[in-house]
Amino acid sequence: MFGWEFPPHISGGLGTACYGLVKGMVHHNQEVIFVVPKLWGDEEPMVDFVNASDITIDYKERKFKSIWKNLTYLEVSSFLVPYLGPEQYQKFTDYAIHDRTDVDESIFSSKYEFSGKYGKNLMEEVSRYAITGAQIARDRSDFDIIHAHDWLSFPAGIAAKEISGKPLVAHVHATEYDRSGESVNQPVYDIERAGMHAADHICAVSQLTKNTIIRKYGVPAHKVSVLHNAVLDATIIKSTYNKMVPEKIVTFLGRITFQKGPEYFVEAAKKVLNRDPNVRFVMAGSGDLLNRMIDRVAELRMADKFHFTGFLKGDDVDHMYAISDVYVMPSVSEPFGISPLEAVRHNTPVIISKQSGVAEVLDNAIKVDFWDIDAMADATFALLHYEGISRMFKELGTEELKKLKWEHVAAKLVTIYEKILATKS
Amino acid sequence: MRTICFYFQVHQPFRLKPYRFFDIGEDHHYWDDFSNKSIMRKVAQKCYLPMNALLLELIYKYNGAFKVSFSMSGVFLDQMQAYAPDVLESFQKLVATGNVELLDETYGHSLVTLKSKEAFKTTVTKHTKKIQELFNGYTPKIFRNTELIYSDEIGAMIADMGYEATLTEGAKHILGWKSPNYMYVNSINPNLKVLLKNFQLSDDIAFRFGNKTWADYPLTTDKFVKWISAVPAEEEVINLFMDYETFGEHQWAETGIFEFMRYLPEAVLSQTNFKFSTPSEVVANAKAVGKIHVPIPISWADEERDLTAWLGNDLQDEAFEKLYEMESLVKNCDDPEINRDWNYLQTSDHFYYMCTKFFSDGDIHSYFSPYNSPYDAFINYMNVLSDFKLRLKQQAKQKEAKA
Repeated sequence: MFGWEFPPHISGGLGTACYGLVKGMVHHNQEVIFVVPKLWGDEEPMVDFVNASDITIDYKERKFKSIWKNLTYLEVSSFLVPYLGPEQYQKFTDYAIHDRTDVDESIFSSKYEFSGKYGKNLMEEVSRYAITGAQIARDRSDFDIIHAHDWLSFPAGIAAKEISGKPLVAHVHATEYDRSGESVNQPVYDIERAGMHAADHICAVSQLTKNTIIRKYGVPAHKVSVLHNAVLDATIIKSTYNKMVPEKIVTFLGRITFQKGPEYFVEAAKKVLNRDPNVRFVMAGSGDLLNRMIDRVAELRMADKFHFTGFLKGDDVDHMYAISDVYVMPSVSEPFGISPLEAVRHNTPVIISKQSGVAEVLDNAIKVDFWDIDAMADATFALLHYEGISRMFKELGTEELKKLKWEHVAAKLVTIYEKILATKS
Repeated sequence: MRTICFYFQVHQPFRLKPYRFFDIGEDHHYWDDFSNKSIMRKVAQKCYLPMNALLLELIYKYNGAFKVSFSMSGVFLDQMQAYAPDVLESFQKLVATGNVELLDETYGHSLVTLKSKEAFKTTVTKHTKKIQELFNGYTPKIFRNTELIYSDEIGAMIADMGYEATLTEGAKHILGWKSPNYMYVNSINPNLKVLLKNFQLSDDIAFRFGNKTWADYPLTTDKFVKWISAVPAEEEVINLFMDYETFGEHQWAETGIFEFMRYLPEAVLSQTNFKFSTPSEVVANAKAVGKIHVPIPISWADEERDLTAWLGNDLQDEAFEKLYEMESLVKNCDDPEINRDWNYLQTSDHFYYMCTKFFSDGDIHSYFSPYNSPYDAFINYMNVLSDFKLRLKQQAKQKEAKA
């Protein structure tokens, strides 16, 4: 498996999902070689980890040069980097403007130190990672199938397939359409598309994502399986953290970006507060729409009841879930969305948008269209005031979580693998 | 009689510490003690102590011919007591010479004049008491509103409190062809005299002094004296109003600002027919030439000389509204800590930090702000306000229970 990050060093949901999946695979006695650009040494030793930064590349291998040639187009000094906040972006552009001269110098030196992050020379790292993938595929023969997670590792997956001739599974956790709406970043889209078409089979984290893959990337439906995410731990968390305010709390937690639909949460909050002023709304997270949200909250004159926490980490995230009475995820486009499941683990009732993958697996949640702020306000009000429904959600949520285990996901993946291998041979 | 009237605003806000959502309901201490103390100490060393020493020296040297006036906000007085008793002592020495006048203002250096007459009276009375307590019973006779904010109505309110005069900006748009170098009266209540800042000459010292790109750089006492001599002979009063922190803090000692002030009295007294007066002396001796009409509030801030540094964008207006919604709750509360925080929270600087006017330029607003952005300032302030409101409600409940 080619991934990009692995716990505990993660900055997104991708690492968490890989962790869960690997854990599930181990449970089913599958041998996994997991490659990441950079290992930190404190990963849980559950599988055969390969640190791409340690791989020595045989630069004389002619096949590699042809792979590299196909990849160099990625090197076009691209400013289009996903996952970057404004400050990081500033740093990145500074870097791109001042330091791009070093790009080619180390290409065929034997090792390459990956940062394994999402910034700076991301495209360069993706290309380097592909070469490393090819080297690993040449060095080792103890694998039957290649599994690449998201576009960052697709070039590595493709290269490994070219060298080894073994089947490739492309795992799509998110597409460029989820990240950027309709204004897609063309190089990223191209890599995604190439990966999907080179793959023998595709796993999508939801039906929603499968539809995107079929519609936007021109992949035939039979080539795509839905493989929903799960929760690492299905136990209910009993937090000892007490909230210090008397009002009930309604929470949004996530990146404050277009994809997550924060503006619908703000508008719905106003509608709820008009009816019941004894509620506090919290928007936890950071992102490019943060300032616009603050402006809007001030304009609606509800800043004494609507709070911003900035980016939360560690225990604060758990505390936030624990003191919330309702959790809202109004995502405009969410391939899966694991955070509502975390909320359920804290016994917090959730409202999720129909445009999220998690809506396909979570029954005990109120589902609304992301744009339907009236429905969102209604649902929030109901969960805050009508004890019966929120109590029911709490009771059933526990049961529901038990169905959402990574073991089940891994079992499904194993059958997918078996089918692929059967058709190959 | 021709005279120069020096007035210095001395103010330091109580800055808020980073106050998080999780702190609401739990942590009732809002103030960044460390940064407040270190800023107070820094400005004391760079400005208050050396400048007070210089003024004292000049007063003795010219045997009473040199005079100045101060208004010190209550929040400054509190911080001086807590962090800089040496500065307090030097101010007390200055006031004891009898050549230094103190003016009254709102305790919290607040914008309350725009909101509530009743709260205004309470906070001014508190300030008067504080001045009396620290300066041997001294009772100010002249009022100076926060950042020289003034309008006809504010003037009438000040007159109702019994003050003889007030100070404000000689803003171009209210003066028109008129000169700031005369004394005027309030248009509603002519008993209140109004002294107007000569912003040209004041800002030459306060803002342009150390600016090397300014055509008149460097500003020498000779040059400055030439300029005031050029003022038409019939114009009587030149009001030089500025932040006290001009000396040594906004204009560093290296610019020569202290030397400029050291030689200015000598040059003025020997080369011109100007004297130095305190505002009270101006009011007693000068003749008012007419009413000044200010229907819409003005201030001494920014090029616009209006209120937009503190109010006007949604962040500021929302915070301001939510703050004064609590006025009635505070009124019924006798908890000393709540009353203290109420004054500190009203300080105009909190709203200044939320100003988005100069977003792109990165200018003096950001120089004076402890926050990265107006949005950060807003979030932090609203979190604190939420906790403050909870405390008020709790107090009210307890009171009810007792009754």
